[in-house]
Amino acid sequence: MAVRKNQATLTSTEKRAFVNALLALKRSGRYDSFVTTHNEFITSDSDNGDRVGHRSPSFLPWHRRFLIQFEEALQSVDSSVTLPYWDWTDDRTAASSMWAPDFLGGTGRSLDGQVITGPFAASSGNWPINVRVDGRSFLRRSLGGGGRPLPTRAEVDSVLAMPTYDTAPWNSASDGFRNHLEGWRGVNLHNRVHVWIGGQMGTGVSPNDPVFWLHHCFIDKLWADWQRRHPDSGYLPTGGTPNVVDLHDTMRPWNDVSPQDMLDHTAHYTYDTAA
Amino acid sequence: MSDISRRRVLRGAAIAVAGVAMAAPAAIAAQSAVAGAGGSGHPTGHGDHTRPEAFDEVYRGRRIQGMPIPVEGRGHTGRTGHSPHMAHEGPGYAVFVDGEELHVMRNADSSWISVVNHYETFRTPRALARAAVDELQGAVLVPMA
Repeated sequence: MAVRKNQATLTSTEKRAFVNALLALKRSGRYDSFVTTHNEFITSDSDNGDRVGHRSPSFLPWHRRFLIQFEEALQSVDSSVTLPYWDWTDDRTAASSMWAPDFLGGTGRSLDGQVITGPFAASSGNWPINVRVDGRSFLRRSLGGGGRPLPTRAEVDSVLAMPTYDTAPWNSASDGFRNHLEGWRGVNLHNRVHVWIGGQMGTGVSPNDPVFWLHHCFIDKLWADWQRRHPDSGYLPTGGTPNVVDLHDTMRPWNDVSPQDMLDHTAHYTYDTAA
Repeated sequence: MSDISRRRVLRGAAIAVAGVAMAAPAAIAAQSAVAGAGGSGHPTGHGDHTRPEAFDEVYRGRRIQGMPIPVEGRGHTGRTGHSPHMAHEGPGYAVFVDGEELHVMRNADSSWISVVNHYETFRTPRALARAAVDELQGAVLVPMA
């Protein structure tokens, strides 16, 4: 069984294998297809219309399936690789080893936000930003530049304590666990981390930054942690909801997988720690 | 005019005057005026949304414009033409940076996001447009369509 690990515990060999698999997917063009898919969903998911990947109950199962697909692509390059997760309540500064040159590289320079260290720096020639919303073709970041700190463990725990998965109107105005985790309401967890990183991570083409996968892997783990804390709480809604993916509806773009199919991650991978 | 042909016209106009940054917003403003003649100026957004007023200013050396537009037939046709889910309404409002349209979306609580600030909400389209200029650092937007 594949085990997804905290990135802080990876060996240098594991980091190298992960980075090399990312670079191989990038070279082949497969990486950019994931960026394109994400951008298509994030720009079309709307509060008053059809919504699948974001601002809706299926935010969590959609990203779980998206990450599994991406992890399978990595494993087609190197079968030893699994997605690591970034616990941003713990590794919460730009001085974290995650941002070191042997892993993701650091923040961007002040002039233009360009990342200049690590394997994804534009100067490496290995990480062109092809799927983009503006003219810049280099990876950018501004770690902590927005001014607001990363969420704390206490803030995460306050969201994990919410017993209801999601509530009507099933969008960015909802109460409940999903929307508080996503961040449109309340203390703001997932959205705030995108903003904290800045650069492409703040945009619709956020998977251009490899940290996207580590961030969403932790969000995915928090969903698993929540399920263990609330074994009697299930995915909602369970049927007949316009514009929204109900429990047994299939999700685009795969059309053969439902939220129900994604509830138990242990069929695909486990995490290195229990909740 | 159909949505696709309208967008083609707008795109062509925008390219024709590259750098002048006037034609696309002007064309949409004209459309909006026509629609307004029938709509009598009442808010046409869904729910209890009212559409913000137009704005036009130079911010940090770049022209930012925002204006209400006809909701009908807009959606995201130009962006994801292969997708079957384009029937929903667009935001009923368009924002431009130097004449290039910025993809924007309105949240249920009436706040706004754009494709360059997609995880951070803004109270008004003008604040969103200014944030986009800050984020772009002089870069040009890629055409939406």
